[in-house]
Amino acid sequence: MTIQESATMPVKVRRATKSSWTGLAVMTPILILLALGPYILGRGMQQNLVILFSLIVLGTMWNLLAGYGGMVSIGQQAYIGIGAYGLVYIADTLGIDPFLAVPLAVIIAGVLSLPISFLAFRLSGGYFAIGTWVIAEVVKLIVEQMDVLGAGSGVSFMAVTELSPGRRIAYVYWLSLIAVVIAVAVTYLLMRSRLGLGFTAIRDDSVAAGSLGVRVTRSKRIVYVIAGMGCALAGSMIAANTLRVQPESIFSVEYSAFMIFIVVIGGIGTIEGPIVGAIVFFALQQWLSDFGLWYLVILGLLAIIITLVLPRGIWGLISGNGKIRLFPVGYRLVNPLERFSLIKEKAPVGDGGAPNA
Amino acid sequence: MSALLEVRGLSKRFGNVVTAEDVTFDVAEGTALGIVGPNGAGKSTLLSLITGVLPSDSGTITFQGRDITKERAPSRTKAGIARSFQIPRPFVDMTVFENVYVGATFGGGFHGQVGYEAAVRALETTGLMHLSEKPAGQLRLLDRKRLELARALATNPRLILLDEIAGGLTEKELPPLVDLIRGLRDSGVTVVWIEHIVHALTSVVDELMCLALGRVLAIGDPHEVMRSPEVIEVYLGSTFDIGEAS
Repeated sequence: MTIQESATMPVKVRRATKSSWTGLAVMTPILILLALGPYILGRGMQQNLVILFSLIVLGTMWNLLAGYGGMVSIGQQAYIGIGAYGLVYIADTLGIDPFLAVPLAVIIAGVLSLPISFLAFRLSGGYFAIGTWVIAEVVKLIVEQMDVLGAGSGVSFMAVTELSPGRRIAYVYWLSLIAVVIAVAVTYLLMRSRLGLGFTAIRDDSVAAGSLGVRVTRSKRIVYVIAGMGCALAGSMIAANTLRVQPESIFSVEYSAFMIFIVVIGGIGTIEGPIVGAIVFFALQQWLSDFGLWYLVILGLLAIIITLVLPRGIWGLISGNGKIRLFPVGYRLVNPLERFSLIKEKAPVGDGGAPNA
Repeated sequence: MSALLEVRGLSKRFGNVVTAEDVTFDVAEGTALGIVGPNGAGKSTLLSLITGVLPSDSGTITFQGRDITKERAPSRTKAGIARSFQIPRPFVDMTVFENVYVGATFGGGFHGQVGYEAAVRALETTGLMHLSEKPAGQLRLLDRKRLELARALATNPRLILLDEIAGGLTEKELPPLVDLIRGLRDSGVTVVWIEHIVHALTSVVDELMCLALGRVLAIGDPHEVMRSPEVIEVYLGSTFDIGEAS
C-alpha cells in the first residue's frame, strides 16, 4: 500500500460558510448606518464612537499579536504613541495634509517596529511581555527628551482646528470608521491567506509548525509589524479625536490592559471576538465612569470571571464555540464522507465497518 | 545505492549531559533505518538535530549530497525531511484537514487546489479521511499518531523521521501502522524510525542502529545488532544500573 491514486471525485474545498453570507448581509447595513453618523448623531456621540472605533482597532491588533501570533505584548502603547505623535508632527510641523499624515504616521510606525522586533524577539513568553513594556517606556522617555515633540508636556494637534468643530468631528469620525474597516479587513484577508494559515498553526504549536515548513520567526515578525502599524493608526485616531497628545497618557500601559481585556472577554483567536469585546468594554466604560477607581476593580473581576466561565469569550458563547463564523478563515472539505465511502467501496471488503460519524 | 542522508561526527551537549557524541551513519535512499536504545540514549535529540529544531555543536549533516548543517528547520522540511513527534503535536483548534494542508502548502510547496489534493492523498493513505473535518484536539491517540504521519507525508518527503510512532498503541492497532510504514518505504520514501517495540521495527527496517549515552553502539543487520553482546548488555544492564542509582 502506497500513496493511493486520486479518487474519481474531485477534491473541493469551501472557504465561505452560510453564516458568513448572513453576517455580510447584517454587517453591510450597519456599516452604511454608521457611515451616516455625522448626519444623525450629535458631536459628543460621534466623539464617543471614535473612542469605540479606536478600541476595536486596538483589540483587533492585539488579537493578531497574541491570538494568532502567540505574542503577549504589553508594550503596544509604544506604537499608539508613535502614531499620535507622528500625526501631529507630520501635519503641524511639516505642514502635510492631516489626512495624508495619518497613513504616513502608520508607515513610520511600521518602519520603526521592524528593528524593534529584532530586539523584542530575543525574548519569549513572559520575558517578551516585560521586554515590550520596557521598550514602550524607552520610547516614552526618548519622546520626553525631544523638544520638537513638546517634551514632557506634550503637543496640541493644531492642523485640524482651522476646520469648524462640526466638520472636524465628522471628518475624524469617518476617518476612524474607515480605520476600523481597514483593520478588520486586513486582519481577515491576512488570516484567509496562506500566511494566516501559518499563523494559526504557530498559535497552536510553533514547534510543529516549524517542522512542517512554516517560517515561524518571519511570520511572527510580519504580525508584529502589522500590529504596530494598526496600533499607530489607532493612536492617530486618538490624537485627532482629543486634539492633545501627552506622553504620560498616550504611552500609558493602561492601553495594553484595555487591549487584553477586550480580546479576553470578546474571545481570543477570532476576528469577531475583539469587536464584541471592544463594544462590551466601551459600554462598561461609559456605565462605570462614575465609580472612579472601582471601575478598574470591576473590570478586573469581570475579566477573571469571564476567563473562568467562558474561556472562549463572549463571542465563543454567541457563536456556539465557532459554529457561526462571520469571517470564515478555515478550509472545509466538501462532502469528505461521500468521498471516503467511495474509496471504501473500492477497497477490498472485510476491513472494518462503514464509517458512521 | 547512494546515501540520502550522511551524518558525520555529530555532537550535542546540554551542559554536562552528552546527548550525541560523534554520531556517524549513512542512510541509503529508499531504505529504512531503525534506531533503538535505552531511555536517554539521545534518540529523539538525534532526530531534532537532523530536522534542525536543535543546532548541533559539531559535525555535519549532508542530505542529497548537500550540506544542510547550518540550515534551519523549515528549509530542511522544504528540502524533503519530515518528522513525526513522539508526543503528537496536533494544531488542536484546526481541523484534521487543515492540519495536513499546513504540511502540504508550507512543507510541500503545494498551493491551492494542488495542495488540497496532496492533503487529501495523505489523509487517505493514513486512513484519516473520515475524520477530516474534526478539530484535531478531539482525536484519540491512534488517530493523533496517524495525523503526525499524514502531516509529514503531505510535505512530500524524501526522508521521513518517525519518533516512536507505534508507542502506546495496542497490539491490534500496531499491524496496520507497521504495514503503512513498510508501504512508505516500498514506495521509495527513506525512513528513519525510532521505536521501543523491537519486533515491529525489525519487521520493516533494513538496518538497525543502537544508541547509548549519545554514542552509536552498533549498526548493521537488525538481527545481528539485537544479538550483539554490547546491545544486550546495555538493554539488560541499564535497568540494573538505574535500580542501583535510585
